[in-house]
Amino acid sequence: MLTKRIIACLDMDAGRVVKGVQFENLRDAGDPVECAISHARDGADEIVLLDISATRQGRNMMLDAVCRVARCLFIPFTVGGGIREISDAAAVFDAGADKIAINSAAVRDPELIGKIAGRFGSQAVVVAIDARRTNGGFDVFVAGGRVPTGRDAVQWAREAASRGAGEILFTSMDRDGTRSGFDCELVRLVSQAVPIPVIASGGAGSPGHFIDVFRHGCADAALAASIFHFEIQGISGLKRELHAANLPVRWPC
Amino acid sequence: MIAIVDYGAGNLNSVKKAFSWLGSTVAVTSQPEVVARAGKIVLPGVGHFSALAGLARTSLADTLLDGIRSGKPFLGICLGMQWLFQGSNEATETPGAGIFPGICKKFPQTVKSPHVGWNNLVTSPGSRLLGALPKNAFVYYTHSFYAPVIEATTAESEYGPRFSAVVEQDSVFGVQFHPEKSGDAGLSILRTFCELESC
Repeated sequence: MLTKRIIACLDMDAGRVVKGVQFENLRDAGDPVECAISHARDGADEIVLLDISATRQGRNMMLDAVCRVARCLFIPFTVGGGIREISDAAAVFDAGADKIAINSAAVRDPELIGKIAGRFGSQAVVVAIDARRTNGGFDVFVAGGRVPTGRDAVQWAREAASRGAGEILFTSMDRDGTRSGFDCELVRLVSQAVPIPVIASGGAGSPGHFIDVFRHGCADAALAASIFHFEIQGISGLKRELHAANLPVRWPC
Repeated sequence: MIAIVDYGAGNLNSVKKAFSWLGSTVAVTSQPEVVARAGKIVLPGVGHFSALAGLARTSLADTLLDGIRSGKPFLGICLGMQWLFQGSNEATETPGAGIFPGICKKFPQTVKSPHVGWNNLVTSPGSRLLGALPKNAFVYYTHSFYAPVIEATTAESEYGPRFSAVVEQDSVFGVQFHPEKSGDAGLSILRTFCELESC
């Protein structure tokens, strides 16, 4: 039986793993290689590394970090942040990533999704969507959640899937870093709208939140960062609780 | 030396890295003569079945078949495993090697496709490749087409239908999942392959 994936996300700034609340007030959470290996050992099903600064200097640091992490990681590894064109994606794959995540660049140039999928396969393309609730709708935001696009999040997810995305990484900006639970309603809308797997993100705080997003949000995977880094919730303990709640998880692994 | 065959289908870094991590000498190559000299052959690949047409164009297919006939251990991964079958509905004009009977089919619309993530293996006794694995091990998949369960199937997984996760016959092995991305379970399978003798 296909299991529900638990994905550990490393937000990286200037070569270090950091974590903030709603993308602000960053705190240091360690070295990317050490974090990735320790999460993999603890039972993470996948690692995502997001370069949140994505400056030129940050770019080189990211490629170096991707190389170092990939060398000792034998589970799927996704890298995102600052991938603007196909040559950026190629550099990240060369450095050892299995999948790339694109966000702002895909909104600006939706054809980029098909271009990367055409060359590296759909399985290698994750389209990340940051959404906020606005006046009864769910709008897509870009540039680290700061700039509204006026696009409807569910429509955009559908378009991304039809253009060749292999997975959708869906973040609720309203919940990000709050530890108040995933936005199950919104995740379910997206998951039911697309024929590809959806990774829920934003709001993880307790095992109950993961149970909710798998049961009621119809998520295929759930991603979290701060609760894993700061040892508020270990991944192995989380999986034990999901297993006890009769959700299919890779446990023991 | 293990030859990892490069026929232009996707990213071979992680397969190479996993074998290197296990201490094997590997060569990523598209040259038939390098493949012919290798002690073992790995045919990886992700993407569309039509990518396998590149094997026939470059005479690599004949080299692979010669290697298989001579009893050289051969491992097909994902698309490389599907090549061992007769063909796939994904690209009906591209023939498979026909080592194993059957045609690969798309997952039905009742499940999301691609099948992405960790699924468990239901193994049959007597597998040479999976001997070192704990029962009910989990492995990582990413694919939209699957190979049928046949006599040579030594492990299956279920996603909608049951399908072949592992096939093996003499020294020919195929795995639908990605052992290089399947954590300790995957590394253990690759280690077993590295330690196999020809037969």
